[in-house]
Amino acid sequence: MKLLKLVPADTNIKFLKLRVPFFAISMLLIVASWTAVMTQGLNYGVDFAGGQEVQLTFEGIDQAPVADLREKVAGLGYGTPVVQEFGAPNIVSIRVPLPEDVESTPGAATEIGNEVIALIDSQYENVRTDGNNTVSGKVAEEFRSSAALALALAMIGVAMYIWIRFEWQFGVGALFALFHDVSLTLGLFAVFQLEFSLQIIAAILAIIGYSLNDTIVVYDRIRENLKKFRKMPLPELLDLSVNETLARTVMTSLTLLVALLPLLLFGPASLFGLVFAITVGLFVGTYSSVYLAAPILIWLGVNSDSFVPQETEADIQERKARGEGQARPASPIE
Amino acid sequence: MLDFPLWKKIMLWGITLTAALMALPSLFNAGGADWPDALPEPTVNLGLDLAGGSHLLLEAEAEEVAAQRLQNMEEAVRQAMRNAEPRIRIGDISTADGRLSFMLSDASDIDRARGILEPMMQGQNLVREWDLEVVDGQRMVLAPTASGTETAVNDAMESATEVVRRRIDELGTREPTIIRQGATRIVVQVPGLDDPEALKELLGQTAQLEFKLVDQNALPTNVQAGIAPPGSQIFPYAEGSDFEGQSIAVRRLGGIRGDRLTGATAGVDPQTNENVVNIQFDVQGGTRFCTLTRQNVNKPFAIILDEEVLSAPNINEPICGGSAQISGSFNADSANNLAISLRSGALPVPLTVIEERTVSAELGADSIQRGLLAMLIGSIAVIVLMIATYGRFGVYATIALVFNVLMLLGIMAFANSTLTLPGIAGFVLTIGAAVDANVLINERIREERKRGRRVIAAVENGYKEASRAIYDANITNFISACLLGFFGSGPIRGFAVVLIIGLFTSVFTALPLTRMWVAGWLRKNRPNDINV
Repeated sequence: MKLLKLVPADTNIKFLKLRVPFFAISMLLIVASWTAVMTQGLNYGVDFAGGQEVQLTFEGIDQAPVADLREKVAGLGYGTPVVQEFGAPNIVSIRVPLPEDVESTPGAATEIGNEVIALIDSQYENVRTDGNNTVSGKVAEEFRSSAALALALAMIGVAMYIWIRFEWQFGVGALFALFHDVSLTLGLFAVFQLEFSLQIIAAILAIIGYSLNDTIVVYDRIRENLKKFRKMPLPELLDLSVNETLARTVMTSLTLLVALLPLLLFGPASLFGLVFAITVGLFVGTYSSVYLAAPILIWLGVNSDSFVPQETEADIQERKARGEGQARPASPIE
Repeated sequence: MLDFPLWKKIMLWGITLTAALMALPSLFNAGGADWPDALPEPTVNLGLDLAGGSHLLLEAEAEEVAAQRLQNMEEAVRQAMRNAEPRIRIGDISTADGRLSFMLSDASDIDRARGILEPMMQGQNLVREWDLEVVDGQRMVLAPTASGTETAVNDAMESATEVVRRRIDELGTREPTIIRQGATRIVVQVPGLDDPEALKELLGQTAQLEFKLVDQNALPTNVQAGIAPPGSQIFPYAEGSDFEGQSIAVRRLGGIRGDRLTGATAGVDPQTNENVVNIQFDVQGGTRFCTLTRQNVNKPFAIILDEEVLSAPNINEPICGGSAQISGSFNADSANNLAISLRSGALPVPLTVIEERTVSAELGADSIQRGLLAMLIGSIAVIVLMIATYGRFGVYATIALVFNVLMLLGIMAFANSTLTLPGIAGFVLTIGAAVDANVLINERIREERKRGRRVIAAVENGYKEASRAIYDANITNFISACLLGFFGSGPIRGFAVVLIIGLFTSVFTALPLTRMWVAGWLRKNRPNDINV
């Protein structure tokens, strides 16, 4: 049986040749992302903005009348409503800001939601109410601060771990790659004004975990090669490490992608944001482990002195068998 | 590599099968079949976003608890000073800045006063609840200690949670979950409840019922301006009552709290045809109510609920049967609600709803169906990819993946955790990432073979070298998943739970389990070449 090989056995792609332009592009993207976040802002969902949110499914039609709904709900006099598609063209979420005095009167907020539902029920047929949610300003504020805190802690926590397990340069590299991934995901949500909710924070935390997977696999190989080939110039060594792990990187990203795609295409509408963010993070994360996490080691000046070479039992036997005194790089000689 | 002692095999299979078996009841139920009653049935709970229902987050004002406590202390101090032999006269009482301070009329009483008050400063279990200070030899200042306030808030929340539970049980809803969260919050989850309106009305009442004598000496103009005579306080009439918009002055002391009730039922007064609530006092409450009404015949007394006056009827005759009737523009529903609230006791502190989420059951069912479909397609795609790429080793990875999903579900069922909508995404992520460990191992074995290692050495090295990266990667994943669990609530926490358990089952099924299978096959067949 002939097995599928996605990546040829001996790739020797010169990844790091282009490290400067790629790095520049990444920096630009990070700046652009933050600019978008600052200027356009994130389109906060009810979790972070607070207010009353009603979710409706228009059954039997393909496209919910978004503009029309916006106008009608605005007529209720609760300020400008936010009406948007919610994971599918015929599902909408409608959010209205809550008046100041509502939060202290029990039931008043839901009443507003019910008003919106009643209005729409009277105007359209076959509308299914999926949810009616209140988030008070206080809770929304807590969500915002705890979300920011969780992201910061997660990034710092994993960077610390990598620092302990590897070297400080690796920790900085991983942290920067993570910062890049998180920034680009946020930027994308800002540019396209996709709804930014608690689910997206969950997705970003998952991205932090999985993007690091790649980074760690590459770093692990770099560490190993640093011990093995003490004389090899660093850029060459990094290229070698990335090439050696390329097959695995491609394969794992692919299995994750084929698992996520059905969820994106056929999955529940309310999970769309979360799955979409993770899918974006998958691409961005794979790129950053190769093009950011690795080259940073060159600029931060990693050397092999701290990694005491430890030959495995198998290595020693192999060397004896070959009758060599010193291990040699197995990279192709150009 | 090839030596797998029997005990190790038994242990690995034991863990795998036990965990996987626990997933069966959940699978049975999901498939619509009935799990036999005779067998134990650990099942995964469905979160509200999948089952449909209402989630409320209630918050108590901690300041309210502190204020209430200060008021009680004031009462207690007055009482203690009055009951001292001879009586200690005090004046200029103030409760500003959350502290109680008062002057002694006679400075020589200071030591006696201290002796009486000192025991009151100490709570139970040796926590000092108040600090007592004497200023200028004649003024005493009582300040609550931080730990005292904390204890009080905690006690209030404990009993508030209990009251909330009792009230919800009275509504007869299905399996509500009521949990305290943090210092001052209560989470209420009621599956299958599409309209939480009634529930919220019920929880919105603190149901502090008080009977207080009306202060008939108060000037009406002053009362409406909100100026209370000494020893009295002013309460507004409740919405919908006969004198809505007006206020009334009542005597601070000598009233009765409604916390001495043994029963409350909604009914209709046969004479007036009004909706009323009939209450029954316990023995002590009944006696006090009897005394109060006997001493004040032909005077009005106010029935006050949650600091609003329902009505202020005249006392026509002493009421000594231990029961009384409350009227005040109720309809059948509100009378019933009040009866429930009174029966289940007063909330020691008012609660407000600060977050509420309601999901329809249809949406939940829809989500489960779509989620399962996506999971199935995703799994099949991953399996095809793995077998096409790694052949026999891909088959091992696939079997490991099936066990992985079963174990994950089984452990969740055993731990009685809740599956939420994001949790389904967690399952899919776990399926996508679980094979990563096998990919790492298989790629290593490929490399080792390329370098010319013998089969067994290549496999052994592949496992060993890959383990390092696998553990490192999973530990960092674990760190971020834990933070997700700490920070998130409800659905998000469900996502974190799946990810965390999934990390463990993935590593377990990918490393020792496949290794055992591979070792068995190598030992049996001793292949000279492997196709990885």
